[in-house]
Amino acid sequence: MTNTVMILGMAAVTVFVKAALFVLGDRVVFPPLLKQALGFVPVTVLTAIIVPMILSPNGEGLELTWTNPQLVGALAAVLACVVTGKQLLTIAVALGVFFTWQLGVLA
Amino acid sequence: MTRRSSFAAGARDTLPMVIGAAPFGVIFGTLVAAGPLAAWQGQLMSLSVYAGSSQFIALGLVAGHAGLAVIWLTTLIVNLRHALYAATLLPHVAHLPARWRWTLGFFLTDETFAVMAGYYARHPRAPLGHWYFLGSCLSMYANWQFWTLVGLLFGAAFPQLQSLGLDFAMVATFIAIVVPQLASLPNFAAAVAAGAVAYLGQDVPYKLGLMAAVVAGVAVGMALQRWRSGGLEAGRREEEAA
Repeated sequence: MTNTVMILGMAAVTVFVKAALFVLGDRVVFPPLLKQALGFVPVTVLTAIIVPMILSPNGEGLELTWTNPQLVGALAAVLACVVTGKQLLTIAVALGVFFTWQLGVLA
Repeated sequence: MTRRSSFAAGARDTLPMVIGAAPFGVIFGTLVAAGPLAAWQGQLMSLSVYAGSSQFIALGLVAGHAGLAVIWLTTLIVNLRHALYAATLLPHVAHLPARWRWTLGFFLTDETFAVMAGYYARHPRAPLGHWYFLGSCLSMYANWQFWTLVGLLFGAAFPQLQSLGLDFAMVATFIAIVVPQLASLPNFAAAVAAGAVAYLGQDVPYKLGLMAAVVAGVAVGMALQRWRSGGLEAGRREEEAA
């Protein structure tokens, strides 16, 4: 019972955090400075999520070596993206290099 | 573009995220099956809370006999970043009927935010963008429910799931979304700052290292943008004076 209450409370908190601004909709007006700041959110948050996954995939310090498949795959992705500018191709190249590295080169 | 094709495109473009999240769904289900929660409560958590990292943290807190208030407060802090996502996407959904805004808000995740940030960067005024949004949301949600259930039922059959590295699909997609936006100097500097702080702060609890990284990145980006526009204005004044 307590655990069910805990879960439903977690759900209420999470839905509030996620949906409150959407639900307010047009009633929310951001000042220009905040609008400008929000423009930087995608590029910063997405980078912040993946950089630790690339640089220390095992959570055990910096792995700046060729034996780190995440790092090799990420470099391939950046290169493919800069050269081709195509999203799907970038993902395909990155996954190809990553799994080749992980299952072929390092296995 | 029809509603259906827009919805399908959203679901399709979320596929790498779906692959990347699958092992974590299984791992979550497996941990529930091995812990104090009943199996149906694990599924209820995936269905109603639907926020991966806070679900994992809650399992740890339950095992450590933390009180309800601690668990709820932790959930709030860990999920704060979603408010940032909502604020960023708000201009694209504010015009929709309330039922749409409730629905899309409920389904917001890191992965769907990434997909939608990329989509709106390419199509800032797509009239059927919310159908694309919904397609992304529902494929991610169905995927999370399915793999939670698989983990609850057969979790023990998948040892070492994490070592497959399927979450790299998410990394690859995020790179494909971020790199085209790095052409502007303020964006580039913001990303470098955010990446550096995120790396240094990865062991900070409650995902606060991530929030610090965003704050640092945004600050650097804003400072550069102001400095550049200040420089442009000064240049213009000089031209006028000459």
